[in-house]
Amino acid sequence: MSRAARTLRALPTLLRIGVAETIAYRAEFLVWILTTTIPLVMLGLWSSVASEEAFRGYGQDDFVAYYLATLIVRNLAGTWVAWQISEEIRLGSMAMRLLRPIHPFVAFAASHVAAIPFRSLVVFPVAVVLLLSSGANALTREPLQLALIVPSLAIAWLINFSILFALGTVSFWITKMMGILNLYFGLFMLLSGYLLPLPLLPSYIRGVAEWLPFRFMQSVPVELMTRAMSQREALLLVGGQLAWAAGTLALALFVWDRGVKRFESVGG
Amino acid sequence: MIRARELVKHFRVHKRPPGFASALRSLVRRRYETVKAVDGVTFSIERGERVGFLGPNGAGKTTTLKVLAGLLHPTSGEVEVDGFVPFRRQTELLERITLVMGQKSQLIWDLPPSETYALNRAVFDVPDAQFRQTLDELTELLELAPLLDKPTRQLSLGERMKCELAAALLHRPTTLFLDEPTIGLDVAMQLAIRDFVRSYNQRHEATVLLTSHYMDDVVALCPRIIVIDHGVLIHDGDLKGLVKTMDPDKRVSFTIVDPIAGDALAKLGTVLARDGHRLTLRVPERELPGVVGHLLGPLHVADLAIEDPPLEEILRVMFGKAREGEANGAAAVDATPPPGKRAEADRAEEEAGT
Repeated sequence: MSRAARTLRALPTLLRIGVAETIAYRAEFLVWILTTTIPLVMLGLWSSVASEEAFRGYGQDDFVAYYLATLIVRNLAGTWVAWQISEEIRLGSMAMRLLRPIHPFVAFAASHVAAIPFRSLVVFPVAVVLLLSSGANALTREPLQLALIVPSLAIAWLINFSILFALGTVSFWITKMMGILNLYFGLFMLLSGYLLPLPLLPSYIRGVAEWLPFRFMQSVPVELMTRAMSQREALLLVGGQLAWAAGTLALALFVWDRGVKRFESVGG
Repeated sequence: MIRARELVKHFRVHKRPPGFASALRSLVRRRYETVKAVDGVTFSIERGERVGFLGPNGAGKTTTLKVLAGLLHPTSGEVEVDGFVPFRRQTELLERITLVMGQKSQLIWDLPPSETYALNRAVFDVPDAQFRQTLDELTELLELAPLLDKPTRQLSLGERMKCELAAALLHRPTTLFLDEPTIGLDVAMQLAIRDFVRSYNQRHEATVLLTSHYMDDVVALCPRIIVIDHGVLIHDGDLKGLVKTMDPDKRVSFTIVDPIAGDALAKLGTVLARDGHRLTLRVPERELPGVVGHLLGPLHVADLAIEDPPLEEILRVMFGKAREGEANGAAAVDATPPPGKRAEADRAEEEAGT
């Protein structure tokens, strides 16, 4: 049987065990969810700025819609796999994964996908609040945009996961990755639209941010939910996501193949 | 079949003396040292053999096992397991091998072992019926039943090791790399694991390469032993051969019934130990019949036993000699790498800036 067919057969078990792990690590999981509440802080800030009049085209309803959508996207598309990989390499426990005939990318991906339903516990109430709030007025009603939201979320997850997988894998060269990961997360917050909508960035930063992967892993699904755009633009944005997904996936696998040769499997 | 030819694995490690000043200096200029974990080891193991891998801490045993299991890329040399190059980690190879590391867990820490077993069943694509049968067998042999549904983190070291062994064998590998598999186990469980490994080896014609700090494990399980020190192979052969080469003298133990004069004992051999009326003498093999005859005849001793020197003692002598030779720069035992290898090792050190 080919490796791909075997992996497919193993997926249900991998997902089931991923769910069991998520439940076992529930405290850690809750802490992670709490770290995704930055958009609520930003919402409070920008709502008060826009309470009297719109700020550069963004009214209060727009900010409510934007930040609640941002919270939803971050919870569904974000992952913490880099920290996990980095730790497993540093402590040598990655060794045991390497003895199993399944690519670690798939094994990690399955366990992270399994956590998504639990994040819905956060997402669902936020979505209800969004739909009941004044922010609902700022949500798109375009059928194409609505239809593209779920695929766009899935692709955003893949870009996030691939980049963080590649970053975690850098631990094969640099054992302590925390500094690099903090730098990455700083860039992500600024350039992905997580802290504030990209159109509010200074034009020279925005020009760069529009082409970087950060936008495609966070802002694009939010834009599809909240921004008026032509059908062509909506399709182009998702096309851009697909291109970044392919690129980052290839990068992740390449970095892994190069890095694993340097594995020192410390300890024991 | 396992083959290693001129296997070399060097690690480059950052070296920093203690202290604040050194910490600051290391920010600007880092010193690296090349650690020659394995330095030109050659051996081959046929299918179904049980081989003990011995050496002091840091000798390179675990590194060699990790290279054979495909976890580490060798710095140079050739390695082959069942016709596969291990570090490529092809599915066909991973299905045939397993690695148990006493110091490292493959069990999912916060879940019960049964979940790791389910995971291994899925990724190794073990048919359900075979999985059930193997798990039932392992559960009975290793007395796992009460442990299967307890979170791994709540298991004792011994309990965990039993579960590790089961996880490692569920896909019925034919090559077992066992690195300290009995660590932390009580004597009864050590014996059970030994019996189990032996019977697994016989039933599946599995190749076993074992490292253990417990010499009894090695003596009981492995007809052949490979001794490695400072990354260099210093013996490959059977246990008797090793003992005979290193220390051909026998140990004769007996209990004194009537007093024996000290000089009478000195004529028989070297007194190695004295515990009350119990004595142990070191006696050259060719003198053994005469000495035994004398002890049992005129000297009237009781409970006489003749044994080979303990393996621990042999190894202590062996590693001691290897180190001595290294310090003197002379060839000691077989421990000094051949000239070409030594030059290569030195070059690696220079490149590392040491």
